[in-house]
Formats: sequence, structure tokens, C-alpha cells
Amino acid sequence: MSIALLLEQLLNGLQLGVMLFLMAAGLTLIFGVMGLINLAHGSLYMIGAFACAAVAAATGSFWIGLAASLVAAAAAGAIIEVTVIRRLYDRDHLDQVLATFALILIFSEGTRWLFGSFPLYLDIPPLLQGAVPLPGGGQYQLYRLAIIGVGVVVALGLYVLISRTRLGMRIRAGESDREMIAALGVDIRTLYTVVFALGAALAGLAGALVGALQSVQVGMGEPALILAFVVIVIGGIGSIKGALFGAILVGVVDTMGRFLLPKALALMIPAAQAGPIGAALASMLIYIVMALILAFRPSGLFATQS
Amino acid sequence: MTNASFMTRETIVNTALALLLLGFPLAAQAMGEPFYITLATRIAILALAAVGLNIALGLGGLVSFGHAAFFGLGGYAAGILATHAFDGVPLFAGIPGTASMPIIWLVAVMVCGLIALPIGAISLRTTGVYFIMITLAFAQMIYYFAVSWPAYGGEDGLSIYVRNEFPGVNTAQPLSYFLICYAVLMAALGLFWLLRGSRFGAALQAARQNATRLSAVGIAPFNIRLVAFALSAMVTGVAGALFADLNKFVSPSMLSWHMSGELIVLIILGGKGRLFGPVAGAMLYVLFEFALGGITERWQFFLGLILLGVVLFARGGLLGLLAGKARHG
Repeated sequence: MSIALLLEQLLNGLQLGVMLFLMAAGLTLIFGVMGLINLAHGSLYMIGAFACAAVAAATGSFWIGLAASLVAAAAAGAIIEVTVIRRLYDRDHLDQVLATFALILIFSEGTRWLFGSFPLYLDIPPLLQGAVPLPGGGQYQLYRLAIIGVGVVVALGLYVLISRTRLGMRIRAGESDREMIAALGVDIRTLYTVVFALGAALAGLAGALVGALQSVQVGMGEPALILAFVVIVIGGIGSIKGALFGAILVGVVDTMGRFLLPKALALMIPAAQAGPIGAALASMLIYIVMALILAFRPSGLFATQS
Repeated sequence: MTNASFMTRETIVNTALALLLLGFPLAAQAMGEPFYITLATRIAILALAAVGLNIALGLGGLVSFGHAAFFGLGGYAAGILATHAFDGVPLFAGIPGTASMPIIWLVAVMVCGLIALPIGAISLRTTGVYFIMITLAFAQMIYYFAVSWPAYGGEDGLSIYVRNEFPGVNTAQPLSYFLICYAVLMAALGLFWLLRGSRFGAALQAARQNATRLSAVGIAPFNIRLVAFALSAMVTGVAGALFADLNKFVSPSMLSWHMSGELIVLIILGGKGRLFGPVAGAMLYVLFEFALGGITERWQFFLGLILLGVVLFARGGLLGLLAGKARHG
């Protein structure tokens, strides 16, 4: 096992973490501000991927597709917020789970209706094709590095947005006291729609970026959604810092576990058994990490006071 | 006594539902339509799984989004034991497999209880959204384990070549198998009824309504909830074993989070915390699936719309509609 291979896997883990952060940031923001658990967040991710693939295929440009994915996911988010989600803020979590579960059924089947059951494919844009050399002699896909870059930019952008702008101030105020900010004359309904659309756009962006790495198909959002849940539970629901930390942790632990566990087991038991057992254990690893963290910190690593 | 009149109305509705579920396959048998017997068996088994979840969700207010884990574990208990019995290969340490349903159910109950205890012990340290997501995550953990563990079929699942046996009954006959499932469902409903009326049930419902007051009278909510969670998992596990025998097949899809969602949907469609809520919900759900599935292959789209309508506008489910509002119990 060379250093280059290890580094490559580490970067893969980071790239998965960044993708999860884009999902988890929206999810945790929506929960933090509106107190809503949104299962349909994975559908917004899927909508972003489909919009990107369809528009890129029609126009020939990945970049127009990427812009379309942001617009489509944000629009879908705003539409469901106004028609459905808005009615759920005062309901208990069970109603929220069910209503957003119903939205998943509608979105998944609706997408299958529009695009058929066959997956779509999205090519990596020419600008980002190719590989960069790694120290130690390896090569690494430029596109994956670019995804990591996007994640860093989004994390910084969110930080500035939340802590330095007027909108961010209102979002933070809405998090801590909904009645007070409404009494001060802020249009809380519009604010909620904006926050929801922002979260949706981030999910759509994640879907579009990942769409070029794997096939774009119905159901692609669900594994990402569940991993994003693990991320925000580890990080502390409502905390964007927690989402960033949790996402990187989950991404790296999952990738490195799949890479290293079978090898580590092979040192102890025959290789023929080590492969499957290691793979099975690796697929459970992040959940074990989550259970351990929760056993000691039941409200996550960066829990907010509310 | 207004309460008494509500009870009578609910009892009448419950009896009608129980008779309807029994009468439907009998009529189907008389008309020589075995397909409808299978449909009724499916209803009975899904209702049984939801009765299990109703202990945690309805009585205890514990929104477990991971009960598919126990449904699937029960299914795999049936599948694995049957495979070993069929092949004549011992399970481990010389313990043979078995094709006897009562033993399989016992194993399913024990496995689900033993796995529900640690999952519950960690999950119950949290509440609200955390609890929902953590139970979901644990179920996914078991799902991925089943997918990546090759010994019992992995992603492809495991076939049960001959339906398991029940002493004195020919389980291969659809109607006989329905009657077994129906009897187990009625037993589980009896258990739920006893539990709800017991001191334990009172404590569990008090833990849902006001945990602080329950602690103040010297009962630890955590222990009550943990026992309820484990009991709930055990009942759902038996349903899983029956489901595997119905389909003669078990696969990771029984463990998937869609299954967990469906189980919650059954309860909400029927009426949360109501004795016959899961039965009414399972009847409605399978009916929707069958009726919509016959009209369009996009039936899930319309199921989603109906479900959305029920959540937003028709709280209380079918039993709320038929038998009036639930008593505050």
C-alpha cells in the first residue's frame, strides 16, 4: 500500500464529505430555523441532478446545466414550501416525517414519469477533465478536486452569509425567537421560504456535481439523505459548523473504512474471508461511530442550546 | 358516560373490521379466487407489523423510523433457519436449522428483542428528531450489513423453497396460512389491549404525555420506554417471519427505510394509538396499492398525494373517521 494510494483514498473521503456537507447544511439550516425535519431533501438533490443532466444534454454545456440545477432545485423547494411545508411548521415531527415521505413518493414517481426508468448520464466538463499528479507518484481526478473546492467556497460563503449579512442576522434571529423577530416587523413567512429555497439549492448543487461521477437515476437521493442525517445527528442538529465537521468525519471514515478494513482483517484471518467480512463491517462503520458519539454526547458534537 | 358510548362505537367498528378481514378470504375461497386470500394474508401480516410499531409509536410516542430492521430480522430468521433445515447443514456449533414456525417465531422474537435492547438503549437517550433519525440510521446499518454479507444471498435475497411447517396445519394451502396469520394478529391485538390497560401501559402513556411527572412519582421513563421498544420490535419481528413465509423469499428490501416509512403510514392511515388502527391502516393501504396499481403503474404517485392529503387534512385516520376521536388515554 503506497502513500499515493492512501492519499487518493483520503481525498475521495474528503470529496464525499464535501458532497454530504452540501446536503447536510441545507437540512440542518431548515431544522435549525423552522424546526422541520425534511425527508424530501433527497428528492431536491435528485431534481438538481436530473435538471443538470437534462439541460446539459440539451444545450451541450455542463455549466448551463449546473445553473439550471440550482434554479430547478430552489424553485422546487420554494414551491413545496409554499404549498405543503408551510402547513407543517406547527405540527409534530411525526406529521412532518409522513408528509415529506409522501413528497418523496410523489417526486420519485413523478421523475420516473417524466424521464423514464433508465438512468441519465452526465459528462465531466472539458475544463475539469484530466488528472493532477499527487505527491508520491499518484494521479488524482481534477473534477473531484474541484468538488472539494466548491465545498470550501460554499462553507465560507455560508459562514459569511450567516454571520455577516442582514439576511444571516434574520436567520439567526429566527432560530432563537420566532415571535420576537416577527414582532419586529420581519416577514417571517418570506424568510422561511428563502431559507428553504437556499437549502434546496445546495442539495440541487450536490446532486448535479455528483451526477457527473455516477449515473443520474430515481432513488439516488435516498442514500445521500440518510448519510446527511447521520452527519447532522453527529454534528448536532441546527449547527452548520457541526454539519461541516460531521460531513468530513463521515466521508473520511466511510471511505477509509472500506479501503482499510478488509486489508487490516487480512492480517488476522484468511484473505478469502477478510474481504467480505471487512466490506460488511465497513458498511456499518459510520453507524457505529454515530452510536458511539451519541452514547457520550446525545445531542451531537456541536449542539445548539435550543 | 360519553366515554362509554365512544367505547361502544369503537368496539363495534373493531369487531366489524375483524370480521371483514376474516370473511373476505373465506368468501374468496368459496368463489375459488386464491389471489384474494394472499391479499388478505398480506393485510394481516402488515397489520401485525404495525401493531408492534403501535406499541412504541402509538402508546409510547416513540417515532421509530427503523422498524423495518425488526421486520427484516424476523424475515431473515425464517429464511436462514429454513435454508439450514432444507440443506441439512447445521447453523453453527452443531445447532440445526428448523422448518417449524413456532420455533422460528421464538427465534425471531428473541433476536429482535436482543437487538432492540442496545439500539433502544442508545436511541432513547435522545428525543424528537434525533430519535427518528437514529432509529433510521440503525436500521440502515442492518440493511447495509444484509446487502454486503454474502453468506445469505446478500443483495439478491434468500429463497425459502418450501413454506415452513406448523403442527397440524397444511401451510401450503393459502387459506390455512391466512388463518395462522390471522390468529397471530388477533393474539397480538390481545397483547396490545392487555398492555394498554395494564400498569405498564399506563406508565408508558404517562411517559409520552409528561415524562417529568412520571419521574416525580418514582418511575424512570427510560426503562419503561426501553421495554416498550423491545416488545414492539418483537411483535414486528414475528410479522417479518410470517411475511418471509408468505412470499417464500426474504431480501434486504424488507429492511429498507421505505418499509419503515410504510409501517408508520399504516398506523397513521388507520389511527395512531388505536387498537385496530393498524388493521384499518393495512386494509386501506393494500386496497390503495391493489386498486391504484390496477389502474396505473404510477400508483405510488397517487399514494403520495393521498397520504399528503391525510396528513394535512384528515388527522385521526380511518378509525378517527369511523369511531370518533380517540379517548385521551
